[in-house]
Amino acid sequence: MMQNFKRIFKFAINDFFRNKGISLAAIFVLTVTIMCVTGLLFFRGMSDYLVSQIKDKIDITAYFKESASEADILNIKNQISGMAGIKKVEYVSKDDAVLIFADKHKDNAVFTEALNEVGSNPFLPSLNIVTSGDISQYEQVSNVLQSSSFSNIVEKVDFYEKKDTIEKVYSITSNINTFGLILGIILVIVAILVVFNTIKLAVDSSKEEISTMRIVGASDWFVRGPFIIQGIIYGFIAFIICIIVSAIFVFFISSKISVMMPGFSLIRYFTSNLWFLIMVQLGFGVAVGVVSSFVVVKKYLDI
Amino acid sequence: MIKFCNVTKVYSDNTVVLQDVSFEVGEGEFVSIVGKSGAGKTTLIKMILGLEQPSEGEVYFLGRNVKDLSDLEMQNIRRRTGSVYQDYKLLPAKTVYENVAYVMAVEGRPDHEIKSEAPKILEIIGLKEKLDNFPKELSGGEQQRLAVARALVNHPDIIIADEPTGNLDPYNTYEVVSLLEKINKAGKTVILATHDREIINKLGKRVITLENGRIIRDEAEGRFII
Repeated sequence: MMQNFKRIFKFAINDFFRNKGISLAAIFVLTVTIMCVTGLLFFRGMSDYLVSQIKDKIDITAYFKESASEADILNIKNQISGMAGIKKVEYVSKDDAVLIFADKHKDNAVFTEALNEVGSNPFLPSLNIVTSGDISQYEQVSNVLQSSSFSNIVEKVDFYEKKDTIEKVYSITSNINTFGLILGIILVIVAILVVFNTIKLAVDSSKEEISTMRIVGASDWFVRGPFIIQGIIYGFIAFIICIIVSAIFVFFISSKISVMMPGFSLIRYFTSNLWFLIMVQLGFGVAVGVVSSFVVVKKYLDI
Repeated sequence: MIKFCNVTKVYSDNTVVLQDVSFEVGEGEFVSIVGKSGAGKTTLIKMILGLEQPSEGEVYFLGRNVKDLSDLEMQNIRRRTGSVYQDYKLLPAKTVYENVAYVMAVEGRPDHEIKSEAPKILEIIGLKEKLDNFPKELSGGEQQRLAVARALVNHPDIIIADEPTGNLDPYNTYEVVSLLEKINKAGKTVILATHDREIINKLGKRVITLENGRIIRDEAEGRFII
């Protein structure tokens, strides 16, 4: 068994170096393919960040009656925070509200004058609520806040005013995800077919050789083994090239991406997902190389 | 050793290649199968190695019906059979030494045997100086001698040669046929398919003559008569 494996491995190495042109072509195609998959992962990382940034901007606000005590509001805050899918609940008191308003419109004299004209603080205390889920979660929170148990202190919840906007944002983010997924699937299928055809060309050039091997009594694995090991070698070399190229690319492009997407660091994304990236690149490269060799050689083994 | 019982082969385009062919080859025999091009010689040879299946009839190898053999059993038969072809069927990406070493490795022979026996047989066959050459760097005669060396190295029970001298000059033809005769004298069965009149007439061995897929003559000490 071990002797056979050593022989198969030696045949694979010999064939790899003797068919340099074919080996280089297969490695090149696999490298491009893995780079496409890697690019897709980077795109996914960036789009996820963008989507989460957009989602973080969405909130609903529950306004409380003037008579509501801070203790009651904080009690409700705790209850809402304990609900499933709640990402953030922020309490804004009457005083905070007027300060936020003044700060926001400090450059606009009309607003400042209007506030002075009113004389007293016209703002109501409120809770800003952000969920991590979809629109139904906002609706659920809104329904809870407007239920009879809270109706004596809750003035209004602005969910229905914001509903259209929330729906639009979620529809856009959902479309981005769907588009990414479809693009990814198409790209991966095309990539696999391109690699498959390149390896098919490589194996096709050995068609007569495979037939001769069968005629002299070689077993399936004795014939197939060297091609599969070559597939592993192609995949492994392509992976090494890709991980180096990815690291160099990330190093040089990260600052430019940060300019376009403040707060997003491609270097941090790369390093924190390095093992996943290695597994995807290595797994994809080797798996496509091996499966393609296996399938193509199988066709010629039926002698 | 080998038995054909009423074998007929019809290809998908309705071309009839063999019709009701029956004969038997005993152990240690030297049998020549002769006939014009297209008479069915190659198809008949391929059936012995399971490379073609009969449309009707049965082919037996050592008492076993070839069509009932498992992949593993078929591999064993091919390993016990040395085959030589007109187009040599060498492994082009392997050197002369590796071509011989490959069939020994297929047989599962240990490395030390391969290292000692492969160069020996290549020396006998006159290719000692070309161990590291690739088949395309050899002449036609050298390639055919390499094919013979490969066929012999595992000491097979039977040698099947399909037009082994088709691409050779008279000198190399004589060399290859002499080799086959020597192998037969050593007790091995030889089946030779050829349309070379001179070879057959010189051999003076059993001759089966095929015409349009039928056996028209089977003589113990035959001559090439078509």
